[in-house]
Amino acid sequence: MASLNSPLRVCRGILKELRALRGPEYKQTMAYNYVLDQFRKNQVTGERYCRAQQEALHASHSYLCLLSSTRQHMALHNLYHVKGERSREQVAGMVGLRLPTQPGGKGWEK
Amino acid sequence: MHYCIMLRSLVALHCRIGQTVLPRQRHHIQRHQSLIPYLQNAKCSGSAITERRKFYKDVSISQGEGGLYEISLDRRKLKTPGGKLFTVPNEALAIAVATEWDAQKDTLKFYTMHLTTLCNTALDNPTHRDKDQMITAALKFLETDTICYRVEEPSSLVELQKHEWDPAMEWIEKRYNVVIGSSSNILGPEIPQETNDTFRQHLSSYNFWALTGLEYVITQLKSVILSFGLIDRHLTVEQAVLLSRLEEEYQFPSAPQIQYWGNVEWAHDYDMYELRARTAAGALFVHLASESSTVKRKLLQD
Repeated sequence: MASLNSPLRVCRGILKELRALRGPEYKQTMAYNYVLDQFRKNQVTGERYCRAQQEALHASHSYLCLLSSTRQHMALHNLYHVKGERSREQVAGMVGLRLPTQPGGKGWEK
Repeated sequence: MHYCIMLRSLVALHCRIGQTVLPRQRHHIQRHQSLIPYLQNAKCSGSAITERRKFYKDVSISQGEGGLYEISLDRRKLKTPGGKLFTVPNEALAIAVATEWDAQKDTLKFYTMHLTTLCNTALDNPTHRDKDQMITAALKFLETDTICYRVEEPSSLVELQKHEWDPAMEWIEKRYNVVIGSSSNILGPEIPQETNDTFRQHLSSYNFWALTGLEYVITQLKSVILSFGLIDRHLTVEQAVLLSRLEEEYQFPSAPQIQYWGNVEWAHDYDMYELRARTAAGALFVHLASESSTVKRKLLQD
């Protein structure tokens, strides 16, 4: 069995992602209510192994991964791929370098 | 490895282009059935197809005929690129799709809406295949399964592959009682016919929607074994993606003693998050598409 985070952490993670998507009014969304509802429904009292609960946890874990990966992917996309071609200074800056500014100064090559 | 990256971005591009949602752009899709025209098309008008200005405010779901769920954007019902009414079999999937539409800001970025794409594919079935053909296509990946192909050097990578991939291999051989094996030969291991038969029989128990999702996961991970591990809940999405990208991960600084080239955020992380998002969407889609039986069982228990 795959090692999964605790349901509470996954639930919080999903709600956090929903807030990142929708801003402060995220509590009025369908998804917010549905997610909370599902997590409440799937709470069990006993410690016995419960297959349905494990299935729900795995699905919620996948959903959290979907939301967070999409967000992080978009962040990188916006950072690197959206703006088209860059100037030489910007490209150098992306890898932590600076272009030389005066002859014979630092980074200047004859 | 370069081939792998190229293939991945090719698939990514293909998916991005094949994703238009409104009938107005339908002719684009229908005119170009094969991959190559898609790519040529992408060069001249890529962003116009993959992005669109947002034209609605509210997203809602409703239950229509036959208990299927529909999505409405303001008052208009969402349709597939093929012009069909967009319907999904259960509430969870409907809400997840609605959330994708709701999350779009000024422009609709179709390439971030993986669940919508999968539903569109399942509804329109653009390649006109039946279940048997899909199973054959999915099992074709077993012959070239990522984790069946091992390297002979460097020794640290050999060790890493053995250490990480062998447990997954053992799991699937035990779980389905089959023989697969691995090989460092370019021809790969010889997989017995019984293995194929067992998997074929197992896959035929999935419905069309679940198979669509499963095939998507397999093409993303380039591995039937890892996909089964994920769908059978033996692996998490993160684990499956890590194992699928093991050779790339090997070059990363996360394990300092075997660092070769270092991690580059705009290529490696970018790919990884994209692969994770796609794989997670596929896995979730399979689980949600085969959900109805689970719900029934729960009601009976009460």
